[in-house]
Amino acid sequence: MTETQRISDLRTSNAAAPAEPVVALDRVDKVFANGMRGLEPIDLRIMPGEFVSLIGPSGCGKSTLLKLIANLIAPSSGRIRWWGGDFDRVGSAGRRLAFVFQDPTLMPWARVAENVRLPLELSRTPAADAAARVDAALAHVGLTKFARSYPRQLSGGMRMRTSIARALVTEPDVLLMDEPFGALDEFTRNKLDDDLVRLSVERHLTTVFVTHSLYEAVFLSTRIVVMAAQPGRIFREFVVDEPPARSDEFRTSDRFARRCRELSAILTAAAQASGNDEIA
Amino acid sequence: MNADDPKVRTAAPVVLGLIVLAVWEFGCRAGHVPAYLFPTPSEIAVSLYKDWPTLLQGLWSTLIVTFEAFAVSAVVGTLIAFVFVQSRIIELSLFPYAVLAQVTPIVAVAPLIILLVKNTQISLTICATVIAIFPIISNTTLGLRSVDPGLLSYFRMNKASRLDILLRLRIPSALPYFLAGLRIASGLSLIGAVVAEFVAGSGGRSAGLAYQIMQAGFQLDIPLMFAALLLIAVTGVLLYLLMVALNRALLGHWHESALAEER
Repeated sequence: MTETQRISDLRTSNAAAPAEPVVALDRVDKVFANGMRGLEPIDLRIMPGEFVSLIGPSGCGKSTLLKLIANLIAPSSGRIRWWGGDFDRVGSAGRRLAFVFQDPTLMPWARVAENVRLPLELSRTPAADAAARVDAALAHVGLTKFARSYPRQLSGGMRMRTSIARALVTEPDVLLMDEPFGALDEFTRNKLDDDLVRLSVERHLTTVFVTHSLYEAVFLSTRIVVMAAQPGRIFREFVVDEPPARSDEFRTSDRFARRCRELSAILTAAAQASGNDEIA
Repeated sequence: MNADDPKVRTAAPVVLGLIVLAVWEFGCRAGHVPAYLFPTPSEIAVSLYKDWPTLLQGLWSTLIVTFEAFAVSAVVGTLIAFVFVQSRIIELSLFPYAVLAQVTPIVAVAPLIILLVKNTQISLTICATVIAIFPIISNTTLGLRSVDPGLLSYFRMNKASRLDILLRLRIPSALPYFLAGLRIASGLSLIGAVVAEFVAGSGGRSAGLAYQIMQAGFQLDIPLMFAALLLIAVTGVLLYLLMVALNRALLGHWHESALAEER
């Protein structure tokens, strides 16, 4: 099988039995420098085209797990494989990762377009190519008119869109997002969730998404990984059996409400198993 | 009256100044205070006009020392800050000496510097630099360290080189701090130049305004003393305004320090 064939297989293998996981964690755990155990040994496979949400009470290690997947931190033991190999493989065509932080983390001194262009400049992409990609990414998130604005002139939602455009401009195959919309009001959050669904379907993205909101998790995900704390571990997995292209119709349906109830019950159980009653 | 109206904001201090000048002028005249004790504003103005060539020459030499010290502090201070942030060990070993240089009264060290360095101009500049350099070192070091940790991990995640991190992240982050240091240093350069001139007490061609103040004091030419003082104060204000303009030009579009002044 040639490289291109394999990649196109990966991308279209959404429903069919997938060939190879995008990210595979085998007995991965994390003990922090202060001796605190962040994560019990974890097994997790992320398949191409999946939208996986990580949810659970505070301290369950969902952000830690995401950072492990992003190779921002190294596991204490166990093994993580990306496309069946080491992290060196990441970055070539068909194997690009992009990370979106909790905060927009934009450069306040640079205009929106310059912020979005940053990853291309760091990877020394030719200027003409970069300009076209920046324009496309800005158009994708509806910020074309604000290309020459500074971050301080934008609303919180628009800053987050800029951050997402900066991730999209690298043409990622996998999008890792750490509670990206946590600080936004519900209306803006729903709007960005709609955009995210559209983008992941259009671009065949594989997404791992950390969230505190069970509604958001149900709306976005094809699979929800519910985690528990003390120690951080995977508590249950919850498949949202619904086509990945979703709209407001789904958000207002009984199917949505039923899944929210089911997930809520699992979350309550996870919180009890975490030795506290606080539900994230 | 609206305190936010720009006209009011400009007019208020001007009006106050005029009132003070008027009270001063008429108070001195009414009390028959002699000029050698406390001159009236008009006597100072006359002295300023009469001794203008000498004063201008004094101003010129003081300005040269001020700008030399300012430029040297800006360049050397920034370089030292860059060395400091390269490693914690370097900073730890050098920082106490930077503080030592800062807290030692320059008036006490100046005679030594003036003794060791033959050239008056250079020794004056060294004295003023020692005073002015510290805020640039400390502010720039702080600025180079005050990088948004989120942005730093973003750069690292994108495999940015050290040079990229320096040019695209550290330097822009440090710029507001550096400019704040520059603003303090501009005032300190002038203070340093004047103090150094007092200590050196040198006349001749390189006699600055401080020397003229001393001379005027010896000769009880108090109006001349005030005139020289006025020139020093005006120079300080102009330097400050220059720094504000620089700050606004470089940061006006994004940083709070420059934005606040717009309102």
